[in-house]
Amino acid sequence: MAQILSPLPGTFYRSPSPGQPAYKNDGDSVAVGDVIGLIEVMKSFHEVKSEVAGSNIRFSADNEEPVMAGAPLADLD
Amino acid sequence: MLKKLLVANRGEIAVRVIRAAKDLGIKTVAVHSAADATSLHVLLADEAVNIGPPAAKKSYLNIDAIIEAAKSTGCDSIHPGYGFLAENAAFSDAVTAAGLVFVGPSGDAIRLMGDKVSARSAAAAAGVPVVPGSAGRVEGIEAARHILIDTGFPVMIKAAAGGGGRGIRIANNLAEFEQAFPQAEAEALAAFGDGGLYMEKVIGKARHIEVQVLADGKHAIHCYERECSLQRRRQKVWEEAPSRALSDELREELCGSAVALAKAVGYSGAGTVEYLYDDEANRFYFIEMNTRIQVEHPVTEAITGIDLVAEMLRIAGGEPLRIRQKDVSVRGHAIEVRINAEDPSKDFAPFPGTVGDLRLPGGPGVRFDSMLYPGYQVPPFYDSLLAKLIVHGETREAAITRLVRALGELKIDGMKTTKPLFLALAADPSVQAGDVHTRWLEGWLNDNAAKLAD
Repeated sequence: MAQILSPLPGTFYRSPSPGQPAYKNDGDSVAVGDVIGLIEVMKSFHEVKSEVAGSNIRFSADNEEPVMAGAPLADLD
Repeated sequence: MLKKLLVANRGEIAVRVIRAAKDLGIKTVAVHSAADATSLHVLLADEAVNIGPPAAKKSYLNIDAIIEAAKSTGCDSIHPGYGFLAENAAFSDAVTAAGLVFVGPSGDAIRLMGDKVSARSAAAAAGVPVVPGSAGRVEGIEAARHILIDTGFPVMIKAAAGGGGRGIRIANNLAEFEQAFPQAEAEALAAFGDGGLYMEKVIGKARHIEVQVLADGKHAIHCYERECSLQRRRQKVWEEAPSRALSDELREELCGSAVALAKAVGYSGAGTVEYLYDDEANRFYFIEMNTRIQVEHPVTEAITGIDLVAEMLRIAGGEPLRIRQKDVSVRGHAIEVRINAEDPSKDFAPFPGTVGDLRLPGGPGVRFDSMLYPGYQVPPFYDSLLAKLIVHGETREAAITRLVRALGELKIDGMKTTKPLFLALAADPSVQAGDVHTRWLEGWLNDNAAKLAD
């Protein structure tokens, strides 16, 4: 069991741009360095790369959700 | 005169508009997102309405919520500030349709100037020089050769159906052109199913010079020019007035052309006509007209003594333009720098945070427009502009000296800001000589990033 935390405060996005598929869907496996979403901070976009590996990702933050730095974005087994 | 104004914006410009309204005895209503409940504009306005969640599209871009807030608080008018809905023609129309006054031009004027082709045509029709090129699509290489007489080289060939930089070729001489044009045609046809091409002169080194206009639908005046050549990623970082690059004769010609355009389109309110100025050829070319108050308006206020936001409110309230052209004169030189929540030593990474100790610059010739106060939490959801430092001096040299003095007084604990950038720029010989162009700063940043640590 591991958590992926937001490295920055901002708005969380699940996909690279509107209308495109999500980086990861619930249940996917994640390797270290995989991009799991974007954080928009003051109109600039930053990729969220996982620092942990795991399976069965479950997102706790919704697409377009405002998040604080350190807020949990997803859980992994 | 307007009685009660809703300010449909946030940050320093919302504060600026609220101040102008209060100075005129107009009641003010702030709107804010859930993330901005403790923002300075909310604290300064007579009333405030929460219009939605942090995301701008659910709050500051929510037309229905803003108009509802104006009606429920008994406002008779809405000022859009800059950004957000300021150049949204549908918003101007919706405000008017709701029986309220939009502090700015009509939806039709916004639409006319918002479309690149119609704005270019309107400018050309008013006698304003546009970048030489094809008026529309070029059909065939024979017609294209004739356009070269106007454009010279280098010339840009663009796919009419292209966009985002796709389908663009640059020819530096006739031989390259003869080769590139048919290739571009074939490529456009293959990529977009449309072989139509545009041509435009490539302006190499140019300055960005813009003219402030004020108009009431019948009369129009200019308040002289601003130069904003120091830009990073097409964002202005340092603006000044007047431009040192213009002769008096060229200045009159440039400013006169902006007035001619404002009159030709029946413009109302404050607007800015933007130009590229080619130093070497001594020529200026229309780029676009911004149908709103601009971030850098205070430098014009500093050299002319005109309160542009107050004049916007008077015009919107039905007063005829009360300033005549002969009453507008320039005194001294003003510079504005944008203090952004960005770390210039880390490629301008955004830096939202909480303001600790705060020391603001003051004294003669210094103005500081911002929404900062000690303990203020800068939210990560909006742009990074924290403050604008505006200095005024008898000469450009005196203004730069005063800028360094004022930056030295400024202290914003808890935040990384662009202050080190401006201290470094003020010490640079090219900036001191005013010898810059719109691409100068990006090159300078490549060589001087090390000077920008706090």
